[in-house]
Amino acid sequence: MSSNRIIKPSSLSLSDLPWQIHWKKDRCTLCGQCTAVCPVQAITLSVFRKRNLADSMNPSRLLKLSSRSDSINSSNNESASDKESLSNQINSVNPAERPLSPFETYYGIRQHTSIEEACIGCAMCSMVCPNDAIEPRRNPGTDRYRFHINQDGEPRKRGGRRNSTDSLLDRIKFIRISMLTDPALDAGRHEFELRTLLGRILPPKENMSRLRNNGWIPPVREIYPLIIGGMSFGALSPTMWEGLQMGVAYLNEELGMPVRISTGEGGCPPRLLRSRFMKYVILQIASGYFGWDEIIHAIPHMKEDPCAIEIKYGQGAKPGDGGLLMWHKVNKLIAAIRGVPQGVSLPSPPTHQTQYSIEESVAKMIISMSMAWGFRVPVYPKISASSTSLAVLNNLTRNDYASGLAIDGEDGGTGAAYSVSMDHMGHPIASCIRDNYLNLVRLGKQNEIPIFAGGGIGKNGNLAANAAALIMLGASGVQIGKYVMQAAAGCIGTETDRCNMCNTGVCPKGITSQDPRLYRRLNPEDVAQRIVDLFVSFDIELKKIVAPLGRSTSLPIGMSDALGIDDYQVAQRLNIKYVV
Amino acid sequence: MCRLFALTSKDPVSPMEAIKALNVMKEGHDGSGVGLLLRDLGGPFEEMKDAPILSGIFSEEGIRKLDFFMMEQGFMTKYKMSIKVPKIGMEGVPRRGLYLLRAYEYPDSWDGLNENEMATRLMMTRLKIREMGEEKRDMIVFSFWPDTIMIKELGDPLEIARYLGLDRKDLKARTIMAQGRQNTNYAINLYACHPFFIKGYSTMTNGENTAFIPIKDFLSTRDFPGYTGYESDSEVFAHILHYTISGLGLGLDAYKHVITPLQEKDLDTHPDAVFLKHLKKSCRQLIIDGPNCVIGSLPDNTVFMAQDRKKLRPGVVGGRPGMFAFSSEICGLDAVISDRDKSRDIQPMHLDTAIVGPDRQEVRICRQTEPLNLAL
Repeated sequence: MSSNRIIKPSSLSLSDLPWQIHWKKDRCTLCGQCTAVCPVQAITLSVFRKRNLADSMNPSRLLKLSSRSDSINSSNNESASDKESLSNQINSVNPAERPLSPFETYYGIRQHTSIEEACIGCAMCSMVCPNDAIEPRRNPGTDRYRFHINQDGEPRKRGGRRNSTDSLLDRIKFIRISMLTDPALDAGRHEFELRTLLGRILPPKENMSRLRNNGWIPPVREIYPLIIGGMSFGALSPTMWEGLQMGVAYLNEELGMPVRISTGEGGCPPRLLRSRFMKYVILQIASGYFGWDEIIHAIPHMKEDPCAIEIKYGQGAKPGDGGLLMWHKVNKLIAAIRGVPQGVSLPSPPTHQTQYSIEESVAKMIISMSMAWGFRVPVYPKISASSTSLAVLNNLTRNDYASGLAIDGEDGGTGAAYSVSMDHMGHPIASCIRDNYLNLVRLGKQNEIPIFAGGGIGKNGNLAANAAALIMLGASGVQIGKYVMQAAAGCIGTETDRCNMCNTGVCPKGITSQDPRLYRRLNPEDVAQRIVDLFVSFDIELKKIVAPLGRSTSLPIGMSDALGIDDYQVAQRLNIKYVV
Repeated sequence: MCRLFALTSKDPVSPMEAIKALNVMKEGHDGSGVGLLLRDLGGPFEEMKDAPILSGIFSEEGIRKLDFFMMEQGFMTKYKMSIKVPKIGMEGVPRRGLYLLRAYEYPDSWDGLNENEMATRLMMTRLKIREMGEEKRDMIVFSFWPDTIMIKELGDPLEIARYLGLDRKDLKARTIMAQGRQNTNYAINLYACHPFFIKGYSTMTNGENTAFIPIKDFLSTRDFPGYTGYESDSEVFAHILHYTISGLGLGLDAYKHVITPLQEKDLDTHPDAVFLKHLKKSCRQLIIDGPNCVIGSLPDNTVFMAQDRKKLRPGVVGGRPGMFAFSSEICGLDAVISDRDKSRDIQPMHLDTAIVGPDRQEVRICRQTEPLNLAL
């Protein structure tokens, strides 16, 4: 920035930015790919003016430098006399007559330092550069950008997860290895039955009594313990959604894995509602009720009942807050599916506006939903993990129609939320699941209401280990969202604040963008292939974990004696073993 | 792996037969304990089939407390079998007070109670005595039930049998279950020795119970005071047996369906598919996963052997009409019933329950793929 430009409080220098572009002049071909692909226009082709310092003691060197400058800058019209006069000047004994150092200019990549165009570190520039000449680097210190992001009084909004790479789940170890007293199983060759149940399971005597008397037995689904959690149509691009559905259908129909996927709160495309693939889908209804007019009207035309109905009261990423879809992502298609006007931001209210109390929320809504599908479909609530989760669970135990409870922890990802909600609101998932499960055990109902855990599972890549730890702490299954985006679609967002531009609709990978120019970068077939890879490799890893523990006949829900951790306080809190 | 041996015979037999079998299978246990269950008793106990017999180990102080308690309840001692131990103790065996085997008269206040009520009260009495003895470990009670004797002690089976004088003529039974323990995960505690007994149902098991915690959590919360203890992870097998038959009102053929349910594709083709699918879901927490061989007996003196789905623990059933034995090893069977038709020996597979009824005439195989005897 020139010294005569005005400095304002929010003027930043390069070292104030969270990400600095490192550009290698010697490798750059000036092809322009990087500047074309940058989602936030952080970089631009620019002119750099450089002074070549002359040593006045050496006139010939000065002449050489001058001639170099001349060759770059001079026009062909310069006369020989001009050249001669310059030579005379150089050779003059009077220093005052000798010319000052000449300039040179070159072209290169300049990084913008404005707030709006700050580099997000997505590294798309690196991806497209033919010569590896450019990359973003993390500011090793603390950026100042964070103090100025709230221009016009609007605090920071972003996508992604809570900015913390810590993971308690990663630290949990599986310590009850079957050695000689009880042979460990062969994870590769033994038969495994690793399904889980979603639905209200009656206690054995009650179940048998109702069977005898033809009473109503709540519907129970047998599904794969890894569910694709709710990511709405609107938060995700159409190609991403299509890829997800294709992957799930393939896993079910070709590989026999009963994988299920939640729609998120943005409704469901009409064709999918009326198709045979509905049985793999969990329909989510949240406080915005988006798309439910369409869904209700489609019920008589549904070929298959949905797997379940998920009533979202909260999510882990922004607990106590509702969903959020910004206006630039509400295009014609999204608006049609959601049943809203185009181009209007959709901040869902934090609560369901028609319900005022827990018993009403739970009883009224769950029973209504159950009734809408003739009591054939399990209905369960999804809540943010909270110190009040136990209260919800206790209420559910008294309602026969409640089919489970999904709890979403603080590490959950989202397409759009206020940064403060994401980073500071929320309850860790491990102790919440454990408390709720042990509460069910105390009541003797641990087999009746399955608990599903979500929120940052696998965020550091350890999906199977994290999932197995939660299952052994008491979860009947786990839900993943952001992990699927990362593993199946190439999402580059991290918990060190890389990219996370989901809410702005400029997702460079086309995962969360509604702009056709961007989402055409994502091939649904490729996404489907990666989904299949993800689940198949998870299945193998899960077997690799449970087989040495001697388990194969049923999913080891609540097998907490297999877990240990090297932190005494944590071990006490989670009621697992303390090992060093 | 522990060694198990069970005997069921038309005529009463000395427990030394079972001890003999355990001794032959000596390589399989390490002298960390022996447990014996005797039912359908012969000798002097034959004349008092209805009188509940208390089996346990008591110190002098413990006996005093017991006598006071029993008198308060209204129980009068009917018959005492005293076990005299030699003055010189045995190495490795703690010096105990008294090995108690006492038959009682029912209290007058119990007249007119139905069978169920009396059974429950007997169990509650046993639990109370156990609780009383917990603090000072001066009262250890194994069973309090008609026609049932239990003896458990630390040490090598044959040596213990000699030490306690179990070859006496007045100690005979038609149903005998014996375990030679090989110590695994749990501290050596007499309550952890098999067989386990609850209200007439008894089991002993080989192998380890990897699903112990979820099963224990489920049983403990069934609102039944008898589902307690669990010093050994194998105690749950007896409780599951009781829950299946007494709690859910199903037959012995349902036991394996509870602990080792069939997989989906096999269930689909089963005649009782609907019932079994519901049973599998609602009793999911009772599914076992370790390699296990379970030998058990029912209140009517039926004896059975069942394997888990993985079939990794050995077990063989064989004999002749009038006497059958269930053994971990064939050599154990040979030692006791050498004159049987060996070609008819049965090694139950992963779907089988081998059953010998109280008539002791034949071994019946009940396979999981067969229809259940359902009173639905």
